[in-house]
Amino acid sequence: MIRAWIASGLMGCCFAVAGAQNAQPAKGMDSTQQARQAQSGEQGTGQKPANTAMETAGEQKFQQNCSRCHNAPQELSPRISGTVVMHMRVRASLSEADARAILRFLAP
Amino acid sequence: MALLALAVAGPLARGQETPLITGSIAFLHGTNRGQTSYLPAFMPLAVVPVKQRLLFETRGLFTESITPRAGKSYQTRFGRNLNYLQLDYIANRHMTIVAGKFLTPFGTYNERLSPLWIANFQDGPLIFSLGSNQSAGVGGQVRGSAFANNTVAVDYATFFQANVGGTQFKSSRATGGRLNFYFPASGFEFGTSYDHMFEGQHPNAAGMHVWWTPHNVPMRFRSEFARSTHTKGYWFEVGYRLARSTSSEDSWIGRLQPLFRMQQTFRNSADGTDGAPGVDEKRVDFGLDYYLPHEARINTSYTRQIAIGATGNIWKTELVYRFAFPAWPGRSR
Repeated sequence: MIRAWIASGLMGCCFAVAGAQNAQPAKGMDSTQQARQAQSGEQGTGQKPANTAMETAGEQKFQQNCSRCHNAPQELSPRISGTVVMHMRVRASLSEADARAILRFLAP
Repeated sequence: MALLALAVAGPLARGQETPLITGSIAFLHGTNRGQTSYLPAFMPLAVVPVKQRLLFETRGLFTESITPRAGKSYQTRFGRNLNYLQLDYIANRHMTIVAGKFLTPFGTYNERLSPLWIANFQDGPLIFSLGSNQSAGVGGQVRGSAFANNTVAVDYATFFQANVGGTQFKSSRATGGRLNFYFPASGFEFGTSYDHMFEGQHPNAAGMHVWWTPHNVPMRFRSEFARSTHTKGYWFEVGYRLARSTSSEDSWIGRLQPLFRMQQTFRNSADGTDGAPGVDEKRVDFGLDYYLPHEARINTSYTRQIAIGATGNIWKTELVYRFAFPAWPGRSR
């Protein structure tokens, strides 16, 4: 039972750390929110239309590749989006072009 | 040429390659034919990009199995497992070289659906052990995207690995691979896998999988068939998210996902080493998942297990939470 308490404590620590990360998002808003706003044309992104088109293409690649296994993350810091895409490029055998497009969607 | 390449590629994305710690925490509760058990589980994953083409990644699983005993005491058992620890070198756009302990690329469940936060059902499929060489092994792997355009994407994986046992360093060597075809416009995918072991009777395992994820319907269909020397079986799973669009996924009903899974194994002859059920078995799973805000999810399922000497009901409930954060602060922009 001691190990169970240690495991529970460890879980609590992780929740606390994750909560702190959620409470301090990267500058501005998180990447998926930015991408959704850019796609819907809301103010605040300052993106050019060409960039918006590329992000839409990136979202399409995300739906085609990543959503086969899991849902989109609700929040993802731009600081780790490059790492996530590298990891998934290996795990899911993504093509280089698809990985680049998905990265643009996650971190516009 | 470099300027031309930059012009074609467009502006660089802002994503950073900061080392990442992610994974999931879960609390599982199950009642298998009247026997209740609890299982807190922690599955961390660390990903460290070394350079643009080099990536180190490792995943572990820590569990504490808690089973009530007669009286008011509990029997507990701690479990830990290094799922994989690998170094990836992205050699070029078509090839990645993997070295270390890695998940066996056979079928789809092992690599894609085994993370706690992805799996819809707590239990893996009955045929999971066929061809997967105890899920992972130490060796080398070559994989990547062979070809991809807007019509079809072809990817592959080939491996050689050895599972080293603790008893007198007994090892079992195996080789195999997987070939996968995906059609992005329709969301249809199929592939085939092969595994050959060099020990014992040199058994072979072969598998096939079909997935379908239509883009205009929030449904996922997944299926696998596998056979080895003494066993064969299949499973298929259908999940339907009760949301008409991405925006309605936030409504209370849009967070629900009913699931159905059917699986069956057929035993040709006895083999205590392949990990599949010892007799013919059939299972029907009904699940209902609820996606909570902040990356948490509740999974519930009812399973009817039908086998000689093992017919009964299995009820399971799980609360799982996914986290992902940088291991240290990234560069300021």
